[in-house]
Parts: sequence; structure tokens; C-alpha cells
Amino acid sequence: MLAERDTGISHSLEPAGTVRVVLASDHESVRSGLHHLFASEPMTSLSEESRGAVEIVLAEILNNVVEHAYAEFPGKIEICVTLRETYLFIRMVDTGLPMPDGELPIGRMSDPKLARDLPEGGFGWFLIRNLSQDLTYDRDGDQNILGFCISVDDRH
Amino acid sequence: MKLDSEHQGEFIVIRTLDDRIDAAGALQFKERMREIVSEPSERVVLDMTNVGFLDSSGLGAIVAVMKALGPLRRLELSGLTPTVEKVFRLTRMDSVFIIHKTLPEGLRHAG
Repeated sequence: MLAERDTGISHSLEPAGTVRVVLASDHESVRSGLHHLFASEPMTSLSEESRGAVEIVLAEILNNVVEHAYAEFPGKIEICVTLRETYLFIRMVDTGLPMPDGELPIGRMSDPKLARDLPEGGFGWFLIRNLSQDLTYDRDGDQNILGFCISVDDRH
Repeated sequence: MKLDSEHQGEFIVIRTLDDRIDAAGALQFKERMREIVSEPSERVVLDMTNVGFLDSSGLGAIVAVMKALGPLRRLELSGLTPTVEKVFRLTRMDSVFIIHKTLPEGLRHAG
């Protein structure tokens, strides 16, 4: 395992088509962790458009873990991404607080044009649900396990 | 968060020099922007040509800046890159802001 102590990011060699990154629960580590992840195979083979969609989903979930699951204590977040044919299968694990009621937020958003006061938040789960498929959540012991996939059909 | 700003005619033209507005930089972005737009001008345009990535915290910060402009000015945006444009389109925030493909005619990049 290659550990980069400065950023708290570690990166391990996995079978072809899989990348695994572990990062610390703060926003700076999310930024550098995403940078690291997208510089690795198989992410480098994604088209610009797919890359954008995947980065939005990952960033929103990571921000959510940092701000909510690890609101009371810090910890690690593991991201494991596997490319199989035209889908990325993604698994994210943390040991923070469980989701309230054991379920993922619905992520509903109303039309901002109709809002009396424009929303400054609440976009996160809406974007996650919009850009991902087969989203699942499990609490196993002290772990939150999130799974989903994203179609990357247009990759070059 | 680095921003360049310049008064050009009735506009304040602001350019983001960083390549992302994310949760790590959103608060600083909001504070810097509020400082810049506190100066009087008829119109404010944010040139986002350099921004390749925006998350929901960044979007929230841009909405907050728009609100800080008060009822008489709207925040105009220019040069949205594909991923940034996607976030605006999916959240339907593209209907709330004035969005220019490139800087309005006669304006040049700030800085």
C-alpha cells in the first residue's frame, strides 16, 4: 500500500479495472482524494462528460459523509471503483454515524423559479440520485456501506 | 480562492482563477465575492471559464452571492464549462441566473 501521510490518502494496487482510495474526513482531503482517484486507471479512460457526472456524485456523497456521518468525530472514507464494460460500480465505506432512520435521503427538489426564497442547499442528494443508478445503503456493524453504479457508455 | 475583479463601464467583471468551487473553498469564495460586489455597479458578471468543477456547496455559495446583490441586481454568469453547466441545468438554477455563453460584448477578462 502506498501511503501519502500529508493528505491522509492511501492508494492500493488492485486487479485491473479497479481503483481503491482511502481518505480522511475533511473537505481538503476530499478534494485531493478526488484528484488522486481521477488520475488513476480506470478513471483516466472516461470521457469528459462521464468524468464530470462521476465526480459530481462522488463529491456530493463524500461531502455528506464529512459533514454528517463524521460530524462528531473524524475517520476514514474508502472508495472502491470498478469498471465493467460500460458501467462503473462504486462502493463507499465509512465508520461514521448511521443515516438517520437507516435510510438515504429522498433528495427531492422543487423548482427554484417558484421559490420565494432561493435555496442555498439541498441539492446534494438530488444530484446523487439524478446521476447514479441502483443506489443502496447498508449499516453493517459500525460501517456505512453505500453502493451504486453509473453508466459510462460514451467512454473513449 | 483567487478572484480578479475589474470595473468596466456599468459592470463589475469578476473572474475565478481557481479551477473548482467546492466544499473546501465555497465559504472563502462567498466572502470574497460579497466583498467585491459591495462596491456599487449596475451589473455584476462572474466569468467562470476557468472553473471545471462545481459541487452543491459551490452552487449554494453562488446563490448566496446572488441574494447578497439585493433586489435590483442579478448575478450574471459567463463561460460555464460542461460539468458546471450540468449542475446548473439539473438543479434548474439555469432558469434563475442570467447566463451568457461568453462575456457580454465589449467586456474583457478581468485581471
